[in-house]
Amino acid sequence: MTRHVSEAFATAKAENRAALIGYLPAGFPNPEQSVKLINAMVASGVDIIEVGLPYSDPLMDGPVIQQAVDQALAAGTTTDVVLNIVKQVVDAGAIAVVMSYWNPIERFGVEEFAAGLEAAGGSGVIAPDLTPEEAGDWSVASDAHAIDRILMVAPSSTDARITAIVGVTSGFVYAASTMGVTGARTTVSSGAHELVARTRAVTSLPIAVGLGVSTGDQAAEIAAYADGVIVGSAFVRRVLDAASDEAAIEAVSDLAKELAAGVRR
Amino acid sequence: MTNGHYGPYGGRFVPEALTAALDELDAAFRAAKEDPAFINELRALERDYTGRPNPLTYAKRFSEHCGGARVYLKREDLNHTGSHKINNVLGQALLTQRMGKKRMIAETGAGQHGVATATAAALFGLECTVYMGLEDTRRQALNVARMKLLGAEVIPVTAGSQTLKDAINEAMRDWVASVDETHYVLGTVTGPAPFPEMVRYFHSVIGIEAREQILAVEGRLPDAVVACVGGGSNAMGLFSGFMEDTQVILRGYEAGGDGVETGRHSARFSGGTPGVLHGARTYVMQDQWGQTAPSHSISAGMDYPGVGPEHAWLHDTGRASYEPVTDAEAMEAFAILSKTEGIIPAIESAHGLAGAMRIGKELGPDSVVIVNLSGRGDKDVATAARWFGIDLGATVSNELSPEMREGR
Ligand SMILES: Cc1ncc(COP(=O)(O)O)c(C=O)c1O
Repeated sequence: MTRHVSEAFATAKAENRAALIGYLPAGFPNPEQSVKLINAMVASGVDIIEVGLPYSDPLMDGPVIQQAVDQALAAGTTTDVVLNIVKQVVDAGAIAVVMSYWNPIERFGVEEFAAGLEAAGGSGVIAPDLTPEEAGDWSVASDAHAIDRILMVAPSSTDARITAIVGVTSGFVYAASTMGVTGARTTVSSGAHELVARTRAVTSLPIAVGLGVSTGDQAAEIAAYADGVIVGSAFVRRVLDAASDEAAIEAVSDLAKELAAGVRR
Repeated sequence: MTNGHYGPYGGRFVPEALTAALDELDAAFRAAKEDPAFINELRALERDYTGRPNPLTYAKRFSEHCGGARVYLKREDLNHTGSHKINNVLGQALLTQRMGKKRMIAETGAGQHGVATATAAALFGLECTVYMGLEDTRRQALNVARMKLLGAEVIPVTAGSQTLKDAINEAMRDWVASVDETHYVLGTVTGPAPFPEMVRYFHSVIGIEAREQILAVEGRLPDAVVACVGGGSNAMGLFSGFMEDTQVILRGYEAGGDGVETGRHSARFSGGTPGVLHGARTYVMQDQWGQTAPSHSISAGMDYPGVGPEHAWLHDTGRASYEPVTDAEAMEAFAILSKTEGIIPAIESAHGLAGAMRIGKELGPDSVVIVNLSGRGDKDVATAARWFGIDLGATVSNELSPEMREGR
């Protein structure tokens, strides 16, 4: 039975903390190992797992995630494989959303993808290059299959724009902390706080902050004003740097524990 | 066109962080178009800097290879910097100034757009960074040197296929992070709105001039206007002048590489399907999962898996048609033009010339064809020498291959 992101946010709220959202590309470094890594992240405190759908032209991603998706694609991670990975991690107890650039979803078929994700037990989709203006077909398909549409707001978004975006968003709002691509940064931009406040003014949906977060301290800082903390490149980095598959599992578990402690501070 | 769409094509598929910049650009473009001061400044630059209007040259001896059709060359190769790309860049550089930005970035394949952007940056005193696939920096080394001499920073892109598509990814990544002070000078009629419409607008001077010129010499409209289609900007500039003249055939020639049947090509209309790439819906070379497929062409400026969304719509509506031209056909046309007219074309443009040879034979001896000679071939001399087996160390004429000697 599909568990939705709303459940994770409700649990976090009841515990007076922020939810921890962790990203890993499906199929990285290969399909089998990616399932083990994700299961380890969930077991170590990740509340919502963002399963990346590897794409050949990830123009919102920095070098770390680019390298990971290249490996995933080379390992044969097609959209079918991604949906299968979602099913495996959901069966193991995860709440999962898919992070995908728009073209692979459109190519798969908007309706077919929504249906396939529902069948796999997925809860939502984050499509970083899908704007509200282009989301018409997706709104119909995602509503029909109870898939949350998670759109992004950015520091450069006007208030009117934020209102339009949250109008078509469900599940939670993804607030990009900074103007830039994915990748760990030593400080989280102060613009994130203001963006969350501006978004909060026009929606009651949970708001999660991502881009550049990599440490427990940063997670704690964001948890003080946001409902969720999103960490991606830092998990990928741990896997890239690990000497073996076992070491990679241990490394992502350690990071998940550090971040989970951060959102509870 | 409504709201940046051409039928189902075009639109904006970009990270939200870029929306504000695209809105700002859209507003600046629309205001500038209506502002006589802007138009005067642009026209003066075109005249005094680019050297417009450029001629429409009747290619008498080349026409003999085109079924006897009278073929005219629109001489974008004579523009300052050597191609049509400068038309768009000067317009966008003026907009950069108007938006109060101090840095321009660009992607480049053949290097012509990068050179044009570096040139405009020098002229306007702006900073300039150009992203270029590592593979392209090798095959267009001359243009890399030109950009550096003009004061631009050239960043070789080592990701992916190391060609134009990857250079665009990298330029977009730069732009997301630097958008407050930086304008992204996209080099063709692709990308998110308003780029396709705006780049077409700045190139429309090609079609406006060509239409006047052909009426002056022939006293009638041409039967066909043809151009090579990489992203599609030189073609859209020429086509736009004849769009409403529905009796005029509009035909674009894409890179057929080793032949569409080999899979090694950049023929989006013959070998691609509708999809989303680099911010717009259009025809894309992709696999069944929506992963971008590798493209191939002897010509760096044609080696791109997407195409301008307006071309996609012109294709579907039938107003324009598109055919592939192989590397070998393009190089044959390259040699023929060089030998018959004393004009060495860019290899991109040679695809259009091969098209003129093909359509001339279709239309017959009394027909009139305009082909856009989008750029000159200096940058391609090393590639062409390799193709024709010319030893760059030797200069004697008997080193030329038989094809080159006979102009085949
Ligand atoms: C001389 C020349 N012609 C044509 C092209 C292809 O671009 P487009 O189709 O946008 O005109 C290029 C691109 O680099 C070029 O340099």
